[in-house]
Amino acid sequence: MTGIPFLSLAIWVPIVGGLLALASGSDRNASVARFVALFFALAGLAVSIPLYTGFDATTSAMQFVEAYPWIPRFNINYVLGVDGISVLFVLLNSFITVIVVVAGWEVIQEKVGQYMAAFLIMSGLINGIFSALDGVLFYVFFEASLIPLFIIIGVWGGANRVYAAIKFFLYTLAGSLLMLIALLYLFMESGGSFNILDWHQLKLGMEVQSLIFLAFLVSFAVKVPMFPVHTWLPDAHVEAPTGGSIVLAAIGLKLGAYGFLRFALPIAPDASHAFAPLIITLSLIAVIYIGFVALVQTDMKKLVAYSSISHMGFVTLGFFIFNPLGVEGALVQMISHGFVSAAMFASIGVLYDRMHSRQIADYGGVVNVMPKFAALFMLFAMANSGLPATSGFVGEFMVALGAVKFNFWIGFGAATTLILGAAYTLWMYKRVVFGAVANHHVAELTDINNREFVFLAILAVCVLAMGIYPFPVTEVMHASVNELLKHVAVSKL
Amino acid sequence: MNFVIPDFYPAAAELFVVAMSFVILLAGTFSKHPRNVAYALSQLTLIGAAAITLFTMDGQVSFTFSNMYVDDLMGDFLKLVLYFAVAIALLYSRSYMNDRKIETTEYYVLAIFATLGMMVMITANHFLTIYLGLELLSLALYAMVALLRDSARATEAAMKYFVLGALASGLLLYGISMLYGGAGTLEISGVAQAIYQQAGNKTVLMFGLVFIVAGLAFKLGVVPFHMWIPDVYHGAPTSITLFIASAPKLAAFAMAMRLLVNGLFEFAEQWQSMLMVLAVLSIVLGNLAAIAQSNLKRMLGYSGISHMGFMLLGLVSGVVGGDRHFALNAYSSAMFYVVSYVLMSLASFGVLLLLSRAGFEAEALDDFKGLNKRNSWFAGVMAMVMFSMAGIPFFVGFFAKFSVLQAVVAAGYIWIAILAVVMSLIGAFYYLRVVKIMYFDEPLEATPLTAPADMRALLSLNGIAIAVLGLAPQALMSLCAYSLLGSL
Repeated sequence: MTGIPFLSLAIWVPIVGGLLALASGSDRNASVARFVALFFALAGLAVSIPLYTGFDATTSAMQFVEAYPWIPRFNINYVLGVDGISVLFVLLNSFITVIVVVAGWEVIQEKVGQYMAAFLIMSGLINGIFSALDGVLFYVFFEASLIPLFIIIGVWGGANRVYAAIKFFLYTLAGSLLMLIALLYLFMESGGSFNILDWHQLKLGMEVQSLIFLAFLVSFAVKVPMFPVHTWLPDAHVEAPTGGSIVLAAIGLKLGAYGFLRFALPIAPDASHAFAPLIITLSLIAVIYIGFVALVQTDMKKLVAYSSISHMGFVTLGFFIFNPLGVEGALVQMISHGFVSAAMFASIGVLYDRMHSRQIADYGGVVNVMPKFAALFMLFAMANSGLPATSGFVGEFMVALGAVKFNFWIGFGAATTLILGAAYTLWMYKRVVFGAVANHHVAELTDINNREFVFLAILAVCVLAMGIYPFPVTEVMHASVNELLKHVAVSKL
Repeated sequence: MNFVIPDFYPAAAELFVVAMSFVILLAGTFSKHPRNVAYALSQLTLIGAAAITLFTMDGQVSFTFSNMYVDDLMGDFLKLVLYFAVAIALLYSRSYMNDRKIETTEYYVLAIFATLGMMVMITANHFLTIYLGLELLSLALYAMVALLRDSARATEAAMKYFVLGALASGLLLYGISMLYGGAGTLEISGVAQAIYQQAGNKTVLMFGLVFIVAGLAFKLGVVPFHMWIPDVYHGAPTSITLFIASAPKLAAFAMAMRLLVNGLFEFAEQWQSMLMVLAVLSIVLGNLAAIAQSNLKRMLGYSGISHMGFMLLGLVSGVVGGDRHFALNAYSSAMFYVVSYVLMSLASFGVLLLLSRAGFEAEALDDFKGLNKRNSWFAGVMAMVMFSMAGIPFFVGFFAKFSVLQAVVAAGYIWIAILAVVMSLIGAFYYLRVVKIMYFDEPLEATPLTAPADMRALLSLNGIAIAVLGLAPQALMSLCAYSLLGSL
């Protein structure tokens, strides 16, 4: 172990940066706030990179562990650590933060300091969620990260932003409050420990496991979001500013899925097996039904939002078929979706900044006036529909393979996403980009500038790199996933 | 009976405050600048009392005045928080009272008398001493509510408060008299002893207990004894609401500890089940009714009802099936809750006072519209307070809820805990609405804030304290637990 606390740095560097951006004051100093934000976003990324380069992929143990007492009164400790499952998300989050800061550079003109601060603070909190190994620490980061996004949606969002912001906050809070009870219960059962790894070893009866699993399920299902509790997401996405949508899709949705792997599966393995049919059913409904829902959307952002729900259905499906291919595929899918959905929302943001419309019907023939943009957008659309050689393909293929191994018809149902995804994404792309120039607004569009080109191009490189050579990603998670599955296979009764 | 000169040492702080209240009265009468002098002397009184309390704090439990008075760590700690809360309340209220021409010597004297009443309640070791303290506090508060005597709303509120308060005092006194009939003594430890030896008639004692709980519930303002809260909070001048909504909660908590825990601990299972009903009703009704309020003072009143209900949940988790080793954990979480609540309550009404000015009462929700555009720092402070009250981390309100819920779960009341968090979710809605109004709406007016610098500074510190205590709650939590150790 090196002596440098990289995880703490990954959490606190962005938060300090956010506070500084907040302190930079009014909009007269907007450019100061922007540069402060960019600097700290890059610094946050810089301190996250050693987590990957210094990561030992041969072990499933927690690495970069830091442990200090925080609230000894309740034996709450500041314990951080990452394994092969979480390390990639810290990196992804730090990376997306840079993209978001760049994406909001000129677009946001009002309360720039607060905007940048909200994103940086959220970035630090989310890194905390992925690296916390103490139940209360996790919960605290988990809840606190709601505040910045609430403010982001409510202040810089679209016309119906207030409704969306409050709906987002209350939905996710509703879930997490039940988790708090579960955490407290585990604290009692374990004889006074909030350490998540201790809980993994805790023997629990079936009834208790079921209740704890349900509490976690409610909390994480809302966050993923899974089928019946997904309705907040389209509203939040549509109303959020571009940056908010990017973070929400790329990182926010991963929190719930990560929670399943860190809490629900290892703490309540028997209940997880017992409830697997339910989760698989809900996941398939998400994949197929929400896929059809996406098909009929007239609003581009809403379409991508529904596509995200459908893709996340794939992730939960992968988790609950309990084989390495499924879980690894789901994790790859999560990372990939992080890039692809970020890129999709960024692209839609580029269009929205020019036209101030998200309606598909208002566009048409964009390729004639924005050729560079159309090319990049094409790549992202292909990735979203799961074309081989893009990152979207790898995860979907692995999960589908795992699902077929588990049960042919489940695999069959899951694989329909390849058709549906292609249908809704490419049809939208066709209506927006191809054809003759639809109206004089489209005719006046200007192609992307250098700033926009840079962040879209970086995302494009990521999407392609992961699609062509996913080994660096799968290699890291291999040991941890195997260990997790071994653990889940052993009954705790 | 021999006359023994009592040991004044344990009650030194109270005696100092009594003396100072006369000094303030005299100084106010003969000074050329009565307001300033009275204000300065009041703050001096509080600082002096704090110094004496700190100086005489020795960790021992000592009794005086024929065992009517006790000096222990719990009392010392609560008194220190009390001085602090009153000092902040006086500072916040100053410019508001001045603008309304009611910043008089009497106001400060009444505030100091109320403080004295609370101190007596906190350190009483006798049912009658508690009653005396309570009346001293209540009479001062009735008068303070009516200070704005030309306002019909304020006098109506004072009248309601007085009538209902007198009724509650009567209930309490009636309960105490039954207790006396059953136990044959009114000294708290004596009552405990008598019940332990099963000396008295249990039916009479139980009746006494019911009346005492009712009187206590009125002071705490929990359902169904909460009727006065919304009207008094709304009708009283905001600065007085601030006073009522902060320090007296500490005293009421101390009273509950002295009466129920120290005195009637043998009946813990009985009063726990009564308080449980009160707590659940308060959490449910407080949160639901707060949603419907368009007046922030009323909203905070109902929210206070739910907070007190939450605090009671800590008190009901102390004894489970005769097993008492949960007690310290449970009572110290309740104490932590009440201290955190006082801090948040001060800040929330502080912001209301900040927005008010001569001829303008900031109390409707709409008065907060677009505050972020007018003054983003104080909008931030108010947002922190609201998130904290809603129980969102990293603010102290989260750890307050956390520690109480932890005690509730430890006692095995999982369903109560679930009900409590579901109700906090409903509570989150109206707190969020305040944040929404401040951040997402356009301001209705652009008048700059006129509050003086000392108030701004203190309010900022108050907000920062809510965040800092949320990041590092350990010190306060262990102080609460430590100070209770000697009193159980």
